[in-house]
Parts: sequence; structure tokens; C-alpha cells
Amino acid sequence: MKRFLLAVAFFAVVVLLWEAAYRAEIWSPVLLPSPGQVVKYLQGAAADGTLANATIITMRRLLVGYFIGLVVGLPLGLLTARWKVFGDTIGTLALGLQTLPSVCWVPLALLWFGQTEAAMLFVVVMGTLWSVIIATETGVRNVPPIYRRAALTMGSKRLHTWLKVILPAALPFIVSGMKQGWAFAWRSLMAAEIFVTILTGFGLGQLLHYGRELSAMEQVIGIMIVIVVIGLLADKIFFSPIEKFLHRRWGTSQA
Amino acid sequence: MPRAGRHHSSATEELQVIAPSKLAIEKVSKRFRGASGSVLALDRVSLNVAEAEFVCLVGASGCGKTTLLNIIAGLEKPDSGTVLADGKPVTGPGQERLVMFQEPALFPWLDVFGNVLFGLKLKPNLTNRDRREVAKYYLELVGLSRFDHANIHELSGGMKQRVSLASALAPNPRVLLMDEPFAALDALTREQLYGDIQKIWKARRKTIVFVTHNVREAACLGDRVLLFSPHPGRIQEEFTVDLPRPRDINSVDLAAHATRITKALRSVGQAEAAAAK
Repeated sequence: MKRFLLAVAFFAVVVLLWEAAYRAEIWSPVLLPSPGQVVKYLQGAAADGTLANATIITMRRLLVGYFIGLVVGLPLGLLTARWKVFGDTIGTLALGLQTLPSVCWVPLALLWFGQTEAAMLFVVVMGTLWSVIIATETGVRNVPPIYRRAALTMGSKRLHTWLKVILPAALPFIVSGMKQGWAFAWRSLMAAEIFVTILTGFGLGQLLHYGRELSAMEQVIGIMIVIVVIGLLADKIFFSPIEKFLHRRWGTSQA
Repeated sequence: MPRAGRHHSSATEELQVIAPSKLAIEKVSKRFRGASGSVLALDRVSLNVAEAEFVCLVGASGCGKTTLLNIIAGLEKPDSGTVLADGKPVTGPGQERLVMFQEPALFPWLDVFGNVLFGLKLKPNLTNRDRREVAKYYLELVGLSRFDHANIHELSGGMKQRVSLASALAPNPRVLLMDEPFAALDALTREQLYGDIQKIWKARRKTIVFVTHNVREAACLGDRVLLFSPHPGRIQEEFTVDLPRPRDINSVDLAAHATRITKALRSVGQAEAAAAK
């Protein structure tokens, strides 16, 4: 509770400083709107459905792409860890492409798929996939051999060993890979939405872009806040509980 | 009550003491090829272990005793020679011969109960209720019934090895293979476990092959103590320990046996050092 109050107080001070800077008119109000104006924009956008609409479109792109990335990446990671042939080929490819900032996929996606949903999806999948492959591979390689040996003597074989021993043992690595993949996908999707107008739907990135076009700073800041909040929520609702469970079971928590 | 068509064994049936295996190890050799040349870890080692016998293998580290244990478990294959369990050759690992490793081989993603259940889940013909009942019985046997839902990292070293023991006992193997299971524990915990393992061995009637470098431990637990010599790994000498059970690690009679074995171990070490010069 004390920590919560501290956080609230901190953000209250930040908003007050912002308001003070606005009132002091150090910068033109076009460049720095007041917190009230931003809130008013957000209220308006929420009331006329723009905000919900954009959020749904963006989240749909993100979730579908992320899910495809996971479904493809996990088995590929297992393959690269299990067979040298895959490790030397797909594993090396993944390692190389992971160093590529995922925004760099945007031009290629546009040329291949045009201004379509497929281009958006492709960018998100590319952001997710390589991180997941590498994390899964690393996780599997770091499973202590004694787990496999113990399972073998217990009568565990092949698929059972993979599903019930190797995969859960690699889980801490896989989850951190999933988290990294999520972060990459989220960033590259925003970049893609800002750069590319797609007529099949306006996402949050596009609202941000039009905010700039119209010099509507309250819109730019408002959407940025929404994007931050979504990122925080994803962490708190999805990743945090999993990580807490892992820390508790594995005994790796510092707190 | 057996269901029609398919045999179904109950928890009571599963918990029955079953006949332990006899082991026949015949001229087993194993060579390891490493970066620094090849080592003959085992050189035509032969050994018979009777049903429900407790055999200890002692020797300096690197003398091949763990390799022999792994071969009996079916985790490694010998270059030549065979291992027979009740007359049948061992071709791979299986629930008949379970291993307790030096480090506790416990899965951190499962709680204590889940770890004991792991091997039981691989036994067909048991209902989940039976499996839980069996797991409960073994946790009680090792004195951990209050900790069934503890996480592995919350346990002390001694408790972890108790869970390992319960996991290895739960599928009701005929042979228990123990690879220095108490080496990493403090003296007090070890002494408790010496008492417990003797009690459990008597109650569950297992054939036990126990690897250790601690001579006193071997004399305390074994019906027979086999002394291994390294390079190449061979059985150098055999000692019978005919003290009454349960044995106390600190008893004077036991010390006499341990001294005898230690002397032999030392002379092996000296011969080895002389050969190295």
C-alpha cells in the first residue's frame, strides 16, 4: 500500500510539473498541450469509439501475429535444439535475423504484401518468431542432463520426455523469449502502423500518425499514453503471473 | 476388483512387497574416448548380486563404479559383456531398476507430491486415485508427509534426497541403484538417512547397489563391500560385513570393518601412485 501511494504521488507530481510548464508558456501550447487537453481528447476519442476501434484493430493484429509466431517458433526451437541439422541451419538463420531490428521488415513486407493486413501480420510474426526460436533452443540446451536421465529410468520415452520433462524444464527461458518476442512485435507493429496507411483499419499507430499530420499534440500524447498503458497491462495481466509462478516454483525470486 | 477385459491393479496390490531381482554382471568392459586419450573405465568386471542383497561399491573417484551403476541401470551400454536381471539381459533403462543420483534429480516445476507421482504416472493400469495413495504412502515412509505440496527449492539437501528416494521407490522397482546419494549432505543428516535406508530396505526388500567413496558408509550399509581399483576399473577385493542390523555408523565393530577396507583402499592407491611414476 505504501509503495502504491508513493507511485501515485510520483505521477501526481509529474502531472503537476507538466501543468506548471504549460502555464508558464515556456513552449508554444501547440507543442505542449495541458494535461487537461490530453484528457479531453482521450474522453472524446473514447466517447466516439475511435479509441476502442483503433485499440481493437491494433490488438487483433498483434495477438494474431504473436500467436502465429509462437506456434511456429516453439516447434522450430525444439527442432533446432534436438537435431544438429536444424541447429546449423534454422538456428543460425534465427540468430542472424534476431539481430535485425524488426522495424527493418516493414519495407520488405510492404513490397511483398502491399498495404494490406498481411503486411502488418508479417511484421509482427517476424518480430516474435526469432526470439521465440532462440529462447526455446537455449532453454532446451540448458536443461540439466540429469532430468532426462532420471525420466528415462522412470520409463519416460521420446514424446513423453519432451512434453513432460524438457519443455517444462526449459520454461523459464521460453517465457523470457516470449516476453522479448512480445516486446519486439509490439514495437515493430507500432512502427508499421505509423509508416503505413492501411485502409482495412486504423490502428493506434495510425492515430498517432494523424495526430502529427494535424499537429494535434494532445492526440499524439494521448495515444502515446494509451500505448504505454497497453504495454503495462500486457505485462501485468499476462507475463507477471507466469513469471511469479516460475519464481515461486524454481525459487529464483529475490523479493 | 479387476475390471472385465483389462487388468487393473489397485493401490493395495501396487504397494505389495514384490520379489527383488538378482543381478548377474558378466565380463562388462567399457572404454571412454576423450580429448586426452581413451580410458578403460571397466575391464571385464563380473559380479553377482543376490535377491535383496545390499552391495556397496567403493573406490577412488574415476574408478568406474558409477559407470558400472549406469550400465546396470541401462543408461549406458557396455562395449562388451552383459548385465542380466533375473536372467534377462538389460537393454535399456526401465522401472525395474531405478536410480538415485548424487544430486537430487527432482523436477523444479513440480511440487514434492508431483515429483513422487512422476514415475507412477508412467505405470499403466493404475487409477489416479491409486497413484495418489501410493505416492502418499512413500512420502510417509521417508518421513515427508507434511511436505507434499512444498516446492523443491524450499527443501533442505537431506529432504531433497528423501524425496528422490520416495520417487525412486514409488514405482516399486526390484532393484535400487544409488550413486553416492548422501555425499553432499552434512554428517548429522547422513547418519539419520543411514538408519532410514536400512529400515526401508528391510520393509520394501529391494536389491540395492550402492556406490560411495565413503568406506564407513559402505561398511554400515552393505552386506558386501566391493573395492574397485582404477585404470583399468576392476574389482580388487571383496569384503563381507556380517554385523547385525540395524547398524550404527559409530559402533566399534563397524569401525574395525571400515579400517580393514580402508587399508586395502590405501594399498590400491599406493600401487596406483607407484605405477604412475
